[in-house]
Amino acid sequence: MCCGTGCRASQSEQIIANLQEILLQKELQEEVQVVRTGCFGFCEKGPVIKIVPDNTFYTEVKPEDAELIVQEHLIKGRKVDRLLYLNPETQEHEPDSKHITFYKKQYRIALRNCGFINPENIDEYIARDGYLALGKAITEMTPEGVIQEITASGLRGRGGGGFPTGVKWNFTCKVEATQKYVVCNADEGDPGAFMDRSILEGDPHSVLEAMAINGYCTGASKGLIYIRAEYPLAIERLKIAIAQAEEYGLLGEHILGTDFSFDIELRYGAGAFVCGEETALIHSMEGLRGEATLKPPFPSERGYNGFPTNVNNVETYANIPVILLKGADWFQQIGTEKSKGTKVFALAGKVNNVGLIEVPMGTTLREVIFGIGGGIKDGKRFKAVQTGGPSGGCLTDKHLDRPIDYDNLIQAGSMMGSGGMIVMDEDDCMVAMAKFYLDFTVEESCGKCSPCRIGNKRLYEILDRITKGRGTLDDLDNLRNLGSVIKDTALCGLGQTSPNPVLSTLDNFMEEYEAHIIDHKCPAGQCKALLSYVIDPYKCTGCTLCARNCPANAITGERKIPHVIDTKLCIKCGVCMEKCRFGAITVQ
Amino acid sequence: MSEVKLSQHKIDQIIAICDEHHNKAGELINILHKTQGLLGYLPADVQKVIAKKMKIPVSKVYGVVTFYSFFTMVPKGKYPISICMGTACYVKGAEKVLDELQSQLGIKVGETTPDGLFSLDSLRCVGACGLAPVVMIGEKVYGRLTPERVKDILAEYYLLDAL
Repeated sequence: MCCGTGCRASQSEQIIANLQEILLQKELQEEVQVVRTGCFGFCEKGPVIKIVPDNTFYTEVKPEDAELIVQEHLIKGRKVDRLLYLNPETQEHEPDSKHITFYKKQYRIALRNCGFINPENIDEYIARDGYLALGKAITEMTPEGVIQEITASGLRGRGGGGFPTGVKWNFTCKVEATQKYVVCNADEGDPGAFMDRSILEGDPHSVLEAMAINGYCTGASKGLIYIRAEYPLAIERLKIAIAQAEEYGLLGEHILGTDFSFDIELRYGAGAFVCGEETALIHSMEGLRGEATLKPPFPSERGYNGFPTNVNNVETYANIPVILLKGADWFQQIGTEKSKGTKVFALAGKVNNVGLIEVPMGTTLREVIFGIGGGIKDGKRFKAVQTGGPSGGCLTDKHLDRPIDYDNLIQAGSMMGSGGMIVMDEDDCMVAMAKFYLDFTVEESCGKCSPCRIGNKRLYEILDRITKGRGTLDDLDNLRNLGSVIKDTALCGLGQTSPNPVLSTLDNFMEEYEAHIIDHKCPAGQCKALLSYVIDPYKCTGCTLCARNCPANAITGERKIPHVIDTKLCIKCGVCMEKCRFGAITVQ
Repeated sequence: MSEVKLSQHKIDQIIAICDEHHNKAGELINILHKTQGLLGYLPADVQKVIAKKMKIPVSKVYGVVTFYSFFTMVPKGKYPISICMGTACYVKGAEKVLDELQSQLGIKVGETTPDGLFSLDSLRCVGACGLAPVVMIGEKVYGRLTPERVKDILAEYYLLDAL
């Protein structure tokens, strides 16, 4: 039973309680085990239950379905058709998870254990080769050997930047110091992304194991996980995992009887996006404001409390144990020339299958959105996909067949980012979208450097003007110029990438900007100030429903005579349009 | 800054938290987390107590409190409402839900209702994007919200409070 945040919000705990109660009644508690797992990824259809060994996959389960599942499936051995996943193309129920398109095209490395094991039980992790890589590293390999293997695998940082992981480890390893630190960046602040949270909730030990391996390589004895306070479930599971690993002697003094000692502590974030940037993160861990500082010095030379510190992201760590066990050559074979392995994406927005997915690098956007994602909701037209969160850009249908990897996305004017992937349809206004991201950046800017603090604010103001129909054509040049200046001069990664949503929408959706400025129209019908609601006199029956519901008393007219909206009074709330039963009200 | 008189008992509790973390400056954020967990918010008086105990300037504590959006200097409502304004929720109409919440409660984001029942905050992604748009009231997550459902949900809490 999936117990990720999404499914828990839809009563998965109640379903478990019901299942257990019924199993007890039928005296099946010995034969059937109800396992609380991490996220299956298929959040769209939650709550989900998978029954092994036959991999039956039940979706959108309700607490009252528990009895049916026990009675029909577990006792009589008949699958409950109604709860099986319905293939939207064939209109047939899929018998198990292997037949579902959503899973068929995925390749899971970082998410290998999510949805399989109980994350609160270390034995289940160990049963799936957990901590074997750590054992192999510290008993059979030299630190240099491990770093070499990671470098050879071609693994690049999954937090967004794409820096080669092995090279980074080597930097920290080479610096001489009395103390070194290993930090896990779990400050997933990108709005619309939940990859790291799912890994921490579903497979916390994989991160702990990789951090210990890193400690062995770099000579650090202390690990710190910087995690958002907004992720209570992930924090709880990490605490349990750390305690269990210590109890088993896999963390702490003399791990596995060797001279290597390593322990891990948690540090909490407090809601600041900029803290995902490594220097800001380190300052935040030191109890300071999370302001970025100039690099160099890099954290690998002077990091936490002035000591060399290796910072990697959750997903990067989750890849490490598998690479050591299966070898760099195996990992090398997956992905594209310069981007190896897989990438986890949080697919969200206007797609049919919202959820967490993992695909080999080099998969095209089309395969992700239309294959795994099942296409656009309600049969609408695909307009854009936003990758990389507030630092990334909007890509259009001309980019759909581009293979996803670090370099390709940057070339297209976006970036990999941590893995947020938001799909937009014809109803989404690209100018408003750019404004949305700028609003985010303005709020989250730490304020240390002027290009980011002041420049982004000005960008936001210009966009705001355009969405209200008060923009000029000069504004377009100003957006572009100012955007480029911020990109070149801001201090840290946050500022340097913050104009991307504006610049990429200018490149790809110039006509929408022009429509706002020249025609005073929002083609997507989203910018309120540019809309006017109109009643079609031929369709209006004069039922008075709209007038009675209008909160601003802007609609007048007599019974059985077509009504009229006073545009001066109209607050554009859209209630009239929702209430009208004759489709007489339209937005222009 | 709102002035609050702290009881001696509360002051002792705050001091105990500081001691627990050995009054180390590097532990400031953890101390603030625990103190906010205890009191619900971090008014100026509380910051003064912490600064004095840790022997650091109040300005530094204030700087940290105001930097991070998780910390608040105004008391939250009995039922704190957080609306997700992450991208996934935004494209699925979180703005309309927010408008409805604001008009039903008569408060804006960052405020608390005069009766102290509800406070309204926006946050960036709770990670339940599959259920977008999402609102959290306390620990409870409400998914796939529409403006129409807002009234009914609030009514549940008014009822709960009247009991």
